[in-house]
Amino acid sequence: MKRIGVFICWCGSNIAATVDIDRVIAAAQKMSGVVYADQNKYTCSEIGQAMIKDAIKEYRLDRVVIGSCSPRMHENTFRKTVESAGLNPYYLEIANIREQCSWVHKDKEAGTAKAISLIRTAVAKAAMNEALFAAEMPITRRALVIGGGIAGIQAALDIADTGFEVDLVEREPSIGGRMAQLDKTFPTLDCSACILTPKMVDVAQHEKIKLITYAEVDKVEGYLGNFTVTIRSKARSVDLQKCIGCGECIAKCPSKVASEFEEGLVQRRAIYTPFPQAVPNKPAIDRAHCRFFTAGKCKVCQKVCPADAIDYEMADRLLTNQYGAIVVATGFDTHKLNNYGEYAYGKHPDVLTSLEFERLLNASGPTGGKILRPSDGKEPKTVAFIQCVGSRDKAKGNPYCAKICCMYTAKHAILLSEKVPGSKAFVFYIDVRTAGKDYEEFYTRAYEECGASYIKGNVSKVFPDGDKLLVRSVDVLSGALVELSVDMVVLAASVDARADAKELAQKLAVTVNAHKFFTEAHPKLRPVDTQTAGIFLAGMCQGPKDIPETVAQASAAAVKVAAIFSKQSLLGNPTVAEVEPKLCSGDLSCMAVCPYGAISEQVVEERRGREMVPRKIAQVNAALCQGCGACTVACRPGAINLKGFTNQQILAEVDAICL
Amino acid sequence: MRYSYYPGCTLKTRAKAYEDTALSTAKALGLSLTEIKEWQCCGALYPLNTDEIFSFFSPVRALLQTRAAGEDKLVTLCAGCYNVFKRTNKAVREDGELRRKINAYLEEDYMGEVDVVHYLEVLKNDVGFGSIAEKVKKRLTGRKLAPYYGCLLLKPRAEMDLDDVENPTIFENFLNALGATAVSYPYKTECCGSYLSMANEEIASAAVGRILNSAYKNGAEAFVVACPLCKYNLEEYQSELLAASKDPQLKLPVFYFTELLAEALAL
Repeated sequence: MKRIGVFICWCGSNIAATVDIDRVIAAAQKMSGVVYADQNKYTCSEIGQAMIKDAIKEYRLDRVVIGSCSPRMHENTFRKTVESAGLNPYYLEIANIREQCSWVHKDKEAGTAKAISLIRTAVAKAAMNEALFAAEMPITRRALVIGGGIAGIQAALDIADTGFEVDLVEREPSIGGRMAQLDKTFPTLDCSACILTPKMVDVAQHEKIKLITYAEVDKVEGYLGNFTVTIRSKARSVDLQKCIGCGECIAKCPSKVASEFEEGLVQRRAIYTPFPQAVPNKPAIDRAHCRFFTAGKCKVCQKVCPADAIDYEMADRLLTNQYGAIVVATGFDTHKLNNYGEYAYGKHPDVLTSLEFERLLNASGPTGGKILRPSDGKEPKTVAFIQCVGSRDKAKGNPYCAKICCMYTAKHAILLSEKVPGSKAFVFYIDVRTAGKDYEEFYTRAYEECGASYIKGNVSKVFPDGDKLLVRSVDVLSGALVELSVDMVVLAASVDARADAKELAQKLAVTVNAHKFFTEAHPKLRPVDTQTAGIFLAGMCQGPKDIPETVAQASAAAVKVAAIFSKQSLLGNPTVAEVEPKLCSGDLSCMAVCPYGAISEQVVEERRGREMVPRKIAQVNAALCQGCGACTVACRPGAINLKGFTNQQILAEVDAICL
Repeated sequence: MRYSYYPGCTLKTRAKAYEDTALSTAKALGLSLTEIKEWQCCGALYPLNTDEIFSFFSPVRALLQTRAAGEDKLVTLCAGCYNVFKRTNKAVREDGELRRKINAYLEEDYMGEVDVVHYLEVLKNDVGFGSIAEKVKKRLTGRKLAPYYGCLLLKPRAEMDLDDVENPTIFENFLNALGATAVSYPYKTECCGSYLSMANEEIASAAVGRILNSAYKNGAEAFVVACPLCKYNLEEYQSELLAASKDPQLKLPVFYFTELLAEALAL
């Protein structure tokens, strides 16, 4: 007979308010196998844990049932508690009487009855709990960082500085990401390139970092400590070893196409580096727009290349590497303005997005840093900035706040007043949100020192009116209708998750929210983890955030990776499936339902009469098994059991809850 | 092609020319528009009170008439009627509770089986602007016309779904089929002032003034509309503005699109 101890937690008033603890204790004491039952106001506290340890020793308990919150909260804590008292950690069973009982019920009578029922169930299972032992697994001490913007750059540098190897994969021909497109950064107005470029160079020169540009993640297999990742290195058509980065090919290329880096304001060539400070500063051929690849004739770049680096025959290469952990830092897209026809974007050249305006401000941008109207090249004297285009708009755009627009628009208003003397900025806003160190002061500077007029109102429409733009809005503070004739309109387009975020999430087996931003494991306490062990998040791919937050998150992710790599080995999950060879019929239904490819076919020799006969049966690879239990359900003869959740244990639970 | 047809009050009085030209052009294009037998005013405005269901009865009865006549499409001309009918039909289709309440008062249950279409949609989708271009006898070459959509044909976007609400092109494509030049101007979807012409004339007059000036500045010689109320406001306030401005050139006649179609088909 087992000697079971039951411990009921009040969780302050969380459980005690809806469950009569004394009655649960009294009921538990009568349950078969229970030799001790007690209660505690906070079982997870040091006192509560000490009580369990003492009781184990005093009453010679060999199984422990705790009625408390969800096992997701404290199962690990309590496993350590019983282990320190000399029991196998898997002798512990938790009955969730908080999330699955007290929190969802109001009636104390019914809540108490249900709590008793849940405790009885856990006691029945605990009586059958066996000792389980985790296997040790080796760790591949190399990290993969996906995305070479500021988040990926920071994460890669921080991991590399702890001495571990990092591969940084970037989709574009150069790292740098969105931050490379920016001119100045708020709230200090330091130049974005000046603070980013040194980090880009550090990445390129760091002996622990391998930079893989113009490449994308194709496939991810494996698990924490041992991921196998297939990376598609896209055909660059330029041999990076031979190329000397002279730029001769770019100058002579006859094909032009809108530059993504310049937000379409100017054209780039088909063979190109995205921007002057690119890392690596070596071009790639955009085959979709290259004359040779589309029309079959040209090869001008090959002719002018002094290093013989152009290779039209180059094909995509698949690189398969092992990694111990992955940091996802894939960034964001700006919101498409198809639903905002009323703002005349795309119809009038002087209606710009904020990122386009950012390029006009930038010294390496299309106007050399002068603010000039795309229509006639004149300086705009009046500029209307429209906030929240696609943000906080449940009807047509994103319901969430894009978080960065209030601050970068204040920056734009300040820079406008500096670059165009006598100019005037009008900012139409819903709310101005400036939560951040020195942010409010920066916004104040925009209207106090730089003369920006802030008008609280949602712009209804922008009318092209000759060479002017008529902006119609309401000033909700005065109630007056506002009509302003301005020279330029700048739209603060919202931020979206990357269009292909969901596909990447599927490859990584991580989750996304309704807006396709990657989901953190816990919104407060595990903000850089994902639900998949060994995969971490950094930057905008997890949700809107500014540069300081992005960098902080990237460094946090790097520490998480380093923490894994600093261990000798990883403990596997012992609750894995196990085949009873005598019962296995060999029909392998289990193999078909296993999502992790953990089940394979095995041939065993069996004696039949005097002969030895070969017979095929299923075999579980414990290192791959994640303990989901799908195979145990699919198995017709009932030959597979999930350790810790055997068929007998589950049936004992069902009996306990039904009887 | 056969359709039931709902005229609406204005079409029988002030907008008779709209109905006459619509029916004659339909005949010339081989379309059969049969006026439904018993109809009442559509209510003129889509009811926004959520507990007001009596206003739905008139349009739903007309839709039931259409079904009883064995037709699956009801054609309207007036943009106001079109707005009321299309939104009512969508509400009946999608709001089970509203449908249950309405049907509780009616002898037969209406489940939203009939489609509500504007005559402009019939021309575009069922006849085809290409086919109309072939049938044109007198091309309107050189005519610079300002398509004026107003609000009711297009908005609200999710319920009307006729065309892009901010940059619609159905009128432009229609006018191009007739050989005319569609003038582009930014006020083509702005409100004409609507019923404010009764309550607050200053607002309606200012609204028309903006539309008129914008169309004129961009070279329009006339307006093309699909709504009797838009036509009324554009004409009424135009003459007032004309008198005040002393610019005799600022005079843009207002045509129903069917009038231009009749002209092009030489009817």
